Amino acid sequence: MIEVSGLTVRFGGVTPLDGMDVKFEAGTCGLIGPNGAGKTTFFNVLSGFVKPAAGGIEAFGENLLKMTHFRRARWGVRRTFQTEQAIEELSVYDNVAMIHEHSKESSGSRRQETLEAISFVGIQADPNATVGTLGAGERRLVEVARAVVGKPRLVLLDEPAAGLPEKETEHLSQVIRKIPEQTGALTILVDHDMSLVSACCETTAVLDFGRLLASGPTAEVLRNERVVQAYLGVGEAQ
Amino acid sequence: MRPVVIAALLLFVLLAFPSIFSLYYVDAWTQVAIFSIVTLGLGLLVGRVGMVSLGQGAVLAMGAWVAARILFATALPFPVVAIAAGLITMVLGTLVGLPALRMSGLYLALITLMLAGAITVALSAINFPNGGHGFTGYNGSTVHIPAIRRPSIATADLAFFRYSVVVAILMFLLVLAHIRGKPGRAWAAIRQSESAALAAGINTTFYKLWAFALASFVTGVAGALVAGSFRYLNSLTFATEDSITLLAVVLMGGAYSLWGAIIAAILLKFLPALLNNWGVSPDWLTILFGIGVLQVLTTAPRGIVEQVPKDIARLGRLLGGLFRRTAPAGERAE
Repeated sequence: MIEVSGLTVRFGGVTPLDGMDVKFEAGTCGLIGPNGAGKTTFFNVLSGFVKPAAGGIEAFGENLLKMTHFRRARWGVRRTFQTEQAIEELSVYDNVAMIHEHSKESSGSRRQETLEAISFVGIQADPNATVGTLGAGERRLVEVARAVVGKPRLVLLDEPAAGLPEKETEHLSQVIRKIPEQTGALTILVDHDMSLVSACCETTAVLDFGRLLASGPTAEVLRNERVVQAYLGVGEAQ
Repeated sequence: MRPVVIAALLLFVLLAFPSIFSLYYVDAWTQVAIFSIVTLGLGLLVGRVGMVSLGQGAVLAMGAWVAARILFATALPFPVVAIAAGLITMVLGTLVGLPALRMSGLYLALITLMLAGAITVALSAINFPNGGHGFTGYNGSTVHIPAIRRPSIATADLAFFRYSVVVAILMFLLVLAHIRGKPGRAWAAIRQSESAALAAGINTTFYKLWAFALASFVTGVAGALVAGSFRYLNSLTFATEDSITLLAVVLMGGAYSLWGAIIAAILLKFLPALLNNWGVSPDWLTILFGIGVLQVLTTAPRGIVEQVPKDIARLGRLLGGLFRRTAPAGERAE
């Protein structure tokens, strides 16, 4: 479980997170909100790329903000990026194995766990293929495999289905649903595709102007009047 | 298959080059072997990690200074001195890299160039060792200067050429082992995206420092070879602007490939020797390198090492197409 209290981030005169309070219990949780609501900033705080002006984050009993960025990844914070960041010049295998070799929490065989992660996300390409030669869908899957290899504790997926065709989004949705069961990690999914969020997330939190607007079971949240007004619009709620 | 071809090529270089080329050109090839280590180190920084350093000429000068000082002060075997020079240069080069770690791009290039200038000025002030006493080992004399010692098995020029090639091979293997291993993967991640590297648990500062350390080590070893090759050193041997030329040839050769380092060294050391022998001033190369860098930046970002084979293949296809078009109808039917 991670518990966020009073999280505030300021960039000059802009306050992308303004006293955010939220709890993510377990399983796959959605995090939605309009553009500029602070979703990616929140992920950047969790990853250690952005230092908050105030507030705290307790993750599985540890103060996450005390850890330096790369140590958080070693501890088990994994993520994907809005703009996919698989390492182009390395093979699929090396892309995934490199996360494992920098992780303190993984105890199993690197080769076995790396191949398991590649198989889990359903990459059809040869593990020795260079990532630069793969299509967008498979590159996204490589990024997800990097996030789940070994023993992740917190998997952050930042719009993983952006730009993917329907068939690949459906496959990705199946993979995301299985992450908590496969790895035991708490997974947070940020996406604008409400069908993906509904399909994957038992609970969902909604951000608006850097504050928590609503949270709870996904179906209830998506019917919440304030959420409909602030984000979904009347048409989508019907 | 590929390692066999490379081994055959190296054997050819080691055994046949001294017979094929005159002593003048063997000396030029010795410089190519030595400077291929320097371009290897700079290629590692630029191509593998994405750190543009304009201070490698000064790092080479430090290596040469340290090696010359130890060679005059002790009777240690040359390989031991070369490794010691590499290690000491590694420490100094890493210290130089330390403040630069928080910078990138133009600012990193600028600060390394300034440091190169500072080191060159400092070395000019204390002079290069020439058999004197004290810390600097400089005796102030301009006559009866003893030559810097060469390896006992490679005192003659031909033997020193082979010695330099063997040392270069060892340095390439050392760098290759890094690139193929954990640091190589970490550098690839850092070059593509520092955020993605941090998110992968990579201590980017440590690995950048590691790259600086490795590049400085191999450049320091090359410095020992420069000392043994030139035998008399002075501050004019290492001009600050040489660092800029080094970067230009590394970009032209191909910073992303180990072969690119060899092409860069050929451009840097063999081409001037060739022009000199033809009676053309090597100064013209400055213009050629300028045009070359422009061409690399605009049309061939991976350098000659990848562009030339592509161009040859394209030419082959073009000629093949022309041949088919001009072939008689009967032949085409076949």
